[in-house]
Amino acid sequence: MSELKLMKGNEALAEAAIRAGVDAYYGYPITPQSEVMEYLMAANPVKTTGMVVLQAESELASINMVYGAAGAGKMAMTSSSSPGISLMQEGISYIAGAELPCVVVNVVRGGPGLGTIQPSQADYFQTVKGGGHGDYKLITLAPASVQEMADFLKLAFDLAFKYRNPAMILSDGAIGQMMEKVELFDPIPRRTDEQVYEQCPWATTGRKRNTDKRVITSLRLVASVQEAFNQKLQNKYQVIQENEVRCEMLNCDDADLVIVAYGSSARTSMKAVELARKDGVKLGILRPQTLWPFPIKQIEALAQKVKGFLTVEMSAGQMVEDVRLAVNGKVPVEHYGRMGGVIASPAEICEAAKSFLNKCK
Amino acid sequence: MNLEDIIKPENCVFKKTELLNDKPLSFCPGCGHGVVHRITMECVEELGIMEDTIGIAPVGCAVLAYEFMEIDMQEAAHGRAPAVATGIKRVWPKKYVFTYQGDGDLAAIGTAETMHCCNRGENILIIFINNGIYGMTGGQMAPTTLEGSKTATCPYGRDTSTMGYPLKITELVAQLPGVRYVTRQSVHTPAAVRKAKAAIKKALMLQAEGKQGTCFIEICTNCNSGWKMSPVQANKWMEENTFKYYVPGDIKDEFKLLKNPIAND
Repeated sequence: MSELKLMKGNEALAEAAIRAGVDAYYGYPITPQSEVMEYLMAANPVKTTGMVVLQAESELASINMVYGAAGAGKMAMTSSSSPGISLMQEGISYIAGAELPCVVVNVVRGGPGLGTIQPSQADYFQTVKGGGHGDYKLITLAPASVQEMADFLKLAFDLAFKYRNPAMILSDGAIGQMMEKVELFDPIPRRTDEQVYEQCPWATTGRKRNTDKRVITSLRLVASVQEAFNQKLQNKYQVIQENEVRCEMLNCDDADLVIVAYGSSARTSMKAVELARKDGVKLGILRPQTLWPFPIKQIEALAQKVKGFLTVEMSAGQMVEDVRLAVNGKVPVEHYGRMGGVIASPAEICEAAKSFLNKCK
Repeated sequence: MNLEDIIKPENCVFKKTELLNDKPLSFCPGCGHGVVHRITMECVEELGIMEDTIGIAPVGCAVLAYEFMEIDMQEAAHGRAPAVATGIKRVWPKKYVFTYQGDGDLAAIGTAETMHCCNRGENILIIFINNGIYGMTGGQMAPTTLEGSKTATCPYGRDTSTMGYPLKITELVAQLPGVRYVTRQSVHTPAAVRKAKAAIKKALMLQAEGKQGTCFIEICTNCNSGWKMSPVQANKWMEENTFKYYVPGDIKDEFKLLKNPIAND
């Protein structure tokens, strides 16, 4: 039954995993996302839905357990925070190269290195520009509320299986840790073995008599074969780019300046838009819910009528590069952000937007 | 007597398993990998478990194991096969899962995955090929390289004072309560091949019995190209040197097999 609860973002995501019929969670503790595994261990879903929850010896092991389970047709996921996600990059690249569906959650903290445990958005480049080696893309969802932590978990699996592609939920320490009300969706039963066989004929579940063996690999030793595979991936990415962009636009219709922000930054920016509007300054906000595929067309269209774009990110400015590419020089694009786990206040965002808008005129 | 009179089913004394295809193996002539590939697939075929078996290939000489073995397989990143196997076994507990790994994969880059998979007592089979060298990359030092042995990265011989000692990882994992059957075998003589095959078969049958615990089978082989010897010389060298340090035989065996639980054997 769908129910209303007050939960942390990390807990909502964990509960959503059980309700979405996920088969396995493999993970390793790291702040600020340890509640995901703690919640799952306490819920002990193996007794109810049959979902496996396992604490691995490292993030390396976690992601490779996900690789194995995903390659065997199961819904598998892991979660971590920035340093742990860095460790997983090898496995994520292999998963992309083997075209396996799975979900990886990054509750981002400040970096580089061990950095800080406070929220950050400095892993944008790592997530949407590669991270691991080789030409690949992760379907990337950016929740901006506890509600979306729950909803995007299911959406991420749907998209991952639809395209046989790994999906990343790029959250941050604030969204993971904060409590909000969340309406949890009705539980969906885990797929039966027969449903797995039917849905994933490519999966290694044991070779059936008089059928060909299935092989999960990312190794293609012949250059022309590898190139053909790379092309196949690019074609798939093209379809995803065309069909799966999701974003929210508020107050953009009459806006002079549009803020582009996701996750926690979008939440503070929404307040900044309110403050500016009270002063008669026409701010709007575009909030990408998918960071890849990126809302290029939506930004292109807005660029025809606004005076400028300001990205607000908890980083030195990463997504701003993608906004600039989409705007393609039509109007000025700038970045405003705080780093190291500091969250910009609505007032300072409002001020930054006003002063940038003055320059645009 | 003409040929047709001789080639009859009742006269057949050896038949290649159908779970090994006819592609030319990527191994050097005289290498033990091909034999271990064959006996592993023979066991799967003879136990009638193909439809429920998933193998994990490593990075190293056996990286292409899935090209030759006609069963469902996954290719793992270097050293991660035990984690991949764990991931599969936990969501398909009734399937037979095995990894096939070399010494660099299992005992160097994948040591953590090996130890923790065994420590959790994952109900899988780990087949560990120990030839004391990195074969595929051209003969560099492995964690198992014997003291004094020369390789491309220890051209003056392995010096334990700076390069550490040859790692007896098999004896190490035997210490873990999660591991129930540990044995060291070889495939350099027909008798050794039969014993190695029996060990693999036993380990797979233990999975069928649902015994909780990891089975770990080390198989010492030569790497005649890497050791720069003929296959015959290499096998002799192995008997005289390798076996003194890596002593063949059962190291731990907590299981006695029940009556064969699998049909058609």
